[in-house]
Amino acid sequence: MTTPEPPLRAPDHVSPPADHADKARTALQRIADLRAWLFLAFLILAFELWSRASFGGTFLFNPFNIQSIAIFAVAPLLLATGQTFVIISGGIDLSMGFIMGLAAVVAAHVINWATPGMGLPLAVLFGALVAIAVAAVPGMVNGLLVSRLKVPPFIGTLGMFGVARGVAFLLAGGTTVPVQNSFFAALGNGRFYGVPWIVIVTAVFVLLMHYLLSQTRFGQHNYAIGANVQAASRAGIDIKSHLLRLYILSGVCAGLAGFLYAARFSAGAAQAGEPLLLDSVAAVVIGGASLFGGSGTILGTVAGAFVIAVIQYGLVFINVAPFWQFISVGIVIIISVLIDQAQRRFSGGRQSE
Amino acid sequence: MTPLLEVRHLSKAFGPVQALRDLSMKVHAGEVVALAGDNGAGKTTLIKAISGVYRPTSGEVLLRGEPVQFNSPQEAREKGIETIYQDLALADNLTIGANIFLGREPMRRAMGFLPVLDRRRMAEAAKATMALLDFHVNRLDAPVSNFSGGQRQAVAIGRAVYWNAQILIMDEPTAALGVPEQRKVISLIHQLKAQGRGVIFISHNLQDIFAVSDRIVVLRRGVQAGERRIAETSHDEVVKLMIGG
Ligand SMILES: Nc1ncnc2c1ncn2[C@@H]1O[C@H](COP(=O)(O)OP(=O)(O)OP(=O)(O)O)[C@@H](O)[C@H]1O
Ligand SMILES: [Mg+2]
Repeated sequence: MTTPEPPLRAPDHVSPPADHADKARTALQRIADLRAWLFLAFLILAFELWSRASFGGTFLFNPFNIQSIAIFAVAPLLLATGQTFVIISGGIDLSMGFIMGLAAVVAAHVINWATPGMGLPLAVLFGALVAIAVAAVPGMVNGLLVSRLKVPPFIGTLGMFGVARGVAFLLAGGTTVPVQNSFFAALGNGRFYGVPWIVIVTAVFVLLMHYLLSQTRFGQHNYAIGANVQAASRAGIDIKSHLLRLYILSGVCAGLAGFLYAARFSAGAAQAGEPLLLDSVAAVVIGGASLFGGSGTILGTVAGAFVIAVIQYGLVFINVAPFWQFISVGIVIIISVLIDQAQRRFSGGRQSE
Repeated sequence: MTPLLEVRHLSKAFGPVQALRDLSMKVHAGEVVALAGDNGAGKTTLIKAISGVYRPTSGEVLLRGEPVQFNSPQEAREKGIETIYQDLALADNLTIGANIFLGREPMRRAMGFLPVLDRRRMAEAAKATMALLDFHVNRLDAPVSNFSGGQRQAVAIGRAVYWNAQILIMDEPTAALGVPEQRKVISLIHQLKAQGRGVIFISHNLQDIFAVSDRIVVLRRGVQAGERRIAETSHDEVVKLMIGG
């Protein structure tokens, strides 16, 4: 591709001086973008102080706590990374929870089937590939519904939520599917220098997704589509193929989450991701994405997922009745949305006349 | 001299509605041609037929003397005909540079192997291009939603300029703007003219038209009601052509 240099020619007409975008406004946007991390730091500090005051022990510097929170955050975070892409594009993927369950069941079956013939590690690898490939199928159907048939994402993925759920339960025969493969169990519960393997796998994957969103054309086009589909399409971006790949990606994230779930529990369960879907949307919103599309980051979502995990684990840690988790996570979601709306009114009001 | 763009006997019908009938016009390099006419006169239809949005029912479009046929706005853009849409075809959440390069982003290799977006190059090109339009920006990392309407119009024009559009078509570029912003867009059109590009712009504002055009083509119910050199006509005459009689 050749990039034409702009012809160099001194302008010979003097226009009124151009004024500049407001610096203070840009700075404020930056701070607002970091709000999830600030909030996470505040939460951890609060639990730390509480823990010292009431048990005289530390919350944060206890490796067991950190590990538990990280393991706890794995599945919601994986779902939330895919959801981040979808939400930035202006859509939503409601089917992720049951795609995760479907992948967990498929992984369990495939590994059980393949272990005698292939040996332990190879069977696990094969199970991972099949589970993720199977998870990509409902993702692809979502993508086709949204891109070709112009079905609103909320409805299309809601339909797929039902289909994936039904298929997962059918495949599981209505119960959980235990796995007999010690390598798989070691992957799910083992550690590498004290860090659980599933946390390492998740961290690497999330890093890749961060790269994809922030450094590639795919990511850039995703933001553009979320802000202004018409503009993106006029700029020559193939919207249909982008959306198709987007929902496949989202399915793949759910597939990986399902595979790691099955590893952790040495079993596949259709309802593995059922309670996690809303947590994943919440993590994205807390992380600073707007449900109107066009904004959000993977790093913000990581903070959002940890905010939820820390609240849930921390409240158990300080012996608060578990129902308070729902209330506090709910309040955090509402506050995040309010901040997002205030921010929009403040910075982006002009284009929505 | 061959005109940059020539339209010959162009007609466009939407079913029974004859939106454009036997219209001919020319645009030379470095020339600004205004399209005027009452609502529904066929101005938008004309530019859409030129820029590949509509297929003309009959007639032809010539680019530097060569007959051309565009099946999509993309094809017209590849030949250097860029349309600046009134509703601002920008992604508001992206920077000026990212908007200029939207859909054809430059990449570089980080650490020698990892392909990543070349944001610095986008920012530098943005700065150079906007300076060419006499529009000096410092906040190259700010999303374009932070800029005013006229500035955003300038970004859309800057994108066309960067990709070397020789003909810029603008449908009511000043309609949604306040007075100072309108002036800015008018001065941008002056810049484009000075750079030897051809400009077609639609406006309902005679003051704008007289401030910047070389010629005016007046449409009435899909036919050309008249064509005048700006230096040789007056507001009154143009209004008479527009309303007929
Ligand atoms: N896609 C379409 N289908 C059917 N009729 C159309 C279509 N587009 C335009 N027309 C008709 O063609 C005629 C010319 O419309 P056009 O939009 O070109 O006018 P215009 O000069 O741009 O008007 P305005 O100043 O209001 O923008 C009108 O009668 C309009 O109703
Ligand atoms: Mg019009």
